[in-house]
Amino acid sequence: MGTTGPGAAGSGSTKRHFRVWRGDPAGGRLEDYQVEVNEGEVVLDVIHRLQATQAPDLACRWNCKAGKCGSCSMEVNGMPRLGCMTRMSTFTETETVTVTPLRTFPVVRDLVTDVSFNYAKAMEMPAFAPPADLSPGDYRMQQVDVERSQEFRKCIECFLCQNTCHVVRDHEENKRAFAGPRLFIRAAELDMHPLDARGDRKEQAQAAQGLGYCNITKCCTEVCPEHIKITDNAIIPMKERVIDRRYDPIVWLGRKILRRDQLASASGARPAAPGPVVHVSESPAPFVPAGVAWHSPEPSPAAAPVGGDGRLPVTELTLDRSGASSPFGDDVTFPLPVDQLRYQPPSSS
Amino acid sequence: MTNIERHQYDVVVIGAGGAGLRAAIEARLAGKRTAIISKSLFGKAHTVMAEGGAAAALGNVNSNDSWMVHFRDTMRGGKFLNNYRMAELHAKEAPERIWELETYGALFDRTPDGRISQRNFGGHEYPRLAHVGDRTGLELIRTLQQKIVSLQQEDKRQYGSYEARLRVFAETTITELLLAEDPAGGRRCAGAFGYYRETGELVVFESAAIVLATGGVGKSYKVTSNSWEYTGDGHALALRAGGTLVNMEFLQFHPTGMVWPPSVKGILVTESVRGDGGVLTNTEGKRFMFDYVPDVFRKQYADTPEEADRWYTDPDHNRRPPELLPRDEVARAINSEVKAGRGTAAGGVYLDVSGRLPAETIRRKLPSMYHQFKELADVDITAQPMEVGPTCHYVMGGVEVDADSAAAAVAGLFAAGEVSGGMHGSNRLGGNSLSDLLVFGKRAGEYAARYTDGLGSRPRPAAADVEAAAEAALAPLTRGEGGENPYQLHQELQAVMGDLVGIIRRRAELEEALARLADLKERVAKVGATGGRRYNPGWHLALDLRNMLVVSECTARAALEREESRGGHTREDFPGMDPQWRQVNLVCSLDGDDVRLERKPLPEIPAELLRLFDRAEMAKYLTEAELAAFDEVAGEVES
Repeated sequence: MGTTGPGAAGSGSTKRHFRVWRGDPAGGRLEDYQVEVNEGEVVLDVIHRLQATQAPDLACRWNCKAGKCGSCSMEVNGMPRLGCMTRMSTFTETETVTVTPLRTFPVVRDLVTDVSFNYAKAMEMPAFAPPADLSPGDYRMQQVDVERSQEFRKCIECFLCQNTCHVVRDHEENKRAFAGPRLFIRAAELDMHPLDARGDRKEQAQAAQGLGYCNITKCCTEVCPEHIKITDNAIIPMKERVIDRRYDPIVWLGRKILRRDQLASASGARPAAPGPVVHVSESPAPFVPAGVAWHSPEPSPAAAPVGGDGRLPVTELTLDRSGASSPFGDDVTFPLPVDQLRYQPPSSS
Repeated sequence: MTNIERHQYDVVVIGAGGAGLRAAIEARLAGKRTAIISKSLFGKAHTVMAEGGAAAALGNVNSNDSWMVHFRDTMRGGKFLNNYRMAELHAKEAPERIWELETYGALFDRTPDGRISQRNFGGHEYPRLAHVGDRTGLELIRTLQQKIVSLQQEDKRQYGSYEARLRVFAETTITELLLAEDPAGGRRCAGAFGYYRETGELVVFESAAIVLATGGVGKSYKVTSNSWEYTGDGHALALRAGGTLVNMEFLQFHPTGMVWPPSVKGILVTESVRGDGGVLTNTEGKRFMFDYVPDVFRKQYADTPEEADRWYTDPDHNRRPPELLPRDEVARAINSEVKAGRGTAAGGVYLDVSGRLPAETIRRKLPSMYHQFKELADVDITAQPMEVGPTCHYVMGGVEVDADSAAAAVAGLFAAGEVSGGMHGSNRLGGNSLSDLLVFGKRAGEYAARYTDGLGSRPRPAAADVEAAAEAALAPLTRGEGGENPYQLHQELQAVMGDLVGIIRRRAELEEALARLADLKERVAKVGATGGRRYNPGWHLALDLRNMLVVSECTARAALEREESRGGHTREDFPGMDPQWRQVNLVCSLDGDDVRLERKPLPEIPAELLRLFDRAEMAKYLTEAELAAFDEVAGEVES
């Protein structure tokens, strides 16, 4: 609050330049606004001021305004953020702040997107299986054991990880087979639950959730407002175990000599849908919504660095960079230059 | 109005917080086709904000705890204005409800022997709050949400569709309950009318049983810790359907919430900031609490800053700093300073710990406070004062219900959670809210299901009622720019309630509030919204205003009527607690458009429960006549 001191309502106020994407599935554009910004405000405060003073029908989700509900997810200068956790003091005074909706989900209106993808995937996630032999009140678990799962239960379902994950960001075609980081930590949480009665969470994640698509670029971890170590603590441990079993010589032999149906009954695992192979290729032609005038090249997901065996290294130790390649391209730094920002709603098809 | 989408359900639950989800689970387990209507996305309800924990006498940390002790604490906290039966059921059933959550997959913090850990909290005699760090509410909502998904998966296996028997309608707002003639006489619930926020399309839910679980009313206040959804929808829906509200004068305010900067407005500043050396000063730089020590406290509280400061290191030979006076005294002092013009522009005073303790000590003693304000507002509490004032936190009042069945006065209508009244009396203990949601959410779902079992025919909402509701819902859009600005009206309403019906109340101010609310009511009837129907927040707010206004009027009327101070209702002109008033509940209903206020006697506490208290304590609360009766009851035990 600097020299003006706290509480000097209005005294630390300046006019700032905002660009907000306005529109609906039919199309839209970035609208310019000059808006009053006070010291100590966050982007969501400014959106609210726009609603109250200039754009009463500007659509934006929010609930708690304290970083606890995960409703006000948006992209601020191209970075996926919670509006209530993005302080105006992180921008310089002359900087234009550009706010666009989450790009991975179909736009409903303005900053509101249709996030039903995430709920649909959650619906397919096998629920907690209570132990058959314990009555309510008889559950006994050690703190150290519940803590591993508790980390993942901090998730506020803001879906920023889902939005950032380049497997589905700009890759509509992957959405069917891929559940995304939010659901991977749910799988890991149940896998690590001391009393969950199911033993096949990892295989499930691999076979039905598309865990194999993930090439551990850690973008999800980077945008998580709860600082959950999605990649290190959930995805990598699950991948390692899955790979252990996948390449277990006995399982491998079984695969060679048994038919698929025999295999399923032999291993006790679910009959897997043709499992998604690890996503290493150049992606198919980038999806470009009709009628978009892109002035700069589409940032295509960087291919993951695969090892000599054509597989992804599953730990960072063998990777050539920390956190792997950025889905935005390794040469991109944030915030992006304003003239290069553009937003086009993903197609809802 | 030909094209209104219609759905038919056995039970419709309005609200998807803890109470709503628990009610829906119970109704579905009873075999009913159930709809959950959520104003925001599934899993975002205000329940996520609860930090402390869920109170239940599990006895895991102290085995002396029992439902009787919990009951006693709850009644004391509510200053004996509680509906005793609700408090009793709550204390008895909370443990089962908590254990049940573990079978849904909840992961509470543990004791060393592996059971659910419990923490101490103000007003609870024993460590009683089951918790998960400081995010217990999130754990509760996520657990219930995931249990609902697991029930949907069962339905998918059995019927081929996830939504065969349990469906969540996210981002859907109900604007009106629909009634029909009841063959037994009077009117009964027949459905609910609303709109999809996303598309603006209208929708009718036909259902004989409706559970209200819409939460509280905090958005009528300028400074509140509540989210935007807390617009008193359930309170207003019940009133308009012929239900009654009880205890609406009782709101829980916290004396020190942040009032500035806007990014953290309403967020609570824990009392330990004052316990650790924080001082309150006004804009003239004066440490004003010394002027507000009531005579009864003179002996315990210092009258000079020097003595007060010595207390922190030598509490045995010095009196306490006046910053540590009880909450209502602190609130009264802040309120007086602000009203005398010595407050900040945002309506607060300064709470400063920065000049008092080294930065390192502050960070060590108040880690979560430090991080919260640093991260959300870039306020460094080790380097600058905080700007604080009273913040609205919880409403004790709500829909008057039968304790056992959660049934409201209208046949087929049930209410649970913050929207219901009576359980907490005049003040809620921390931790009792989350357990309240579970206990009465379950009961509401169970009894709503049972109610539909006994019905001969399904009531049908009248076409004319649907038409009228549709017209009312679309009216602000029709008025468009010619109407009043909803954001402006909302701000004015918040100012009236915050300034005049806030934490400390006076007759003249309450009368002025009522006059201004009447004026606002006329203007809200002319509110307009620009833009279309698709996800239009201006339109949504315009519709919420009507609810906020009628509920605010109930609060103001009841606050004016109750001439005493008790729990969440403080009258500066009637500072004491009056045993005569303990026998009275104030009950609001609607008469046309006007709020009608009635006095109703409290249900009598049965002897076996009264015996849990000792006479010296009861003497504070009971009238002479009641005390004589108490002596008789107590005598029975001894003889």
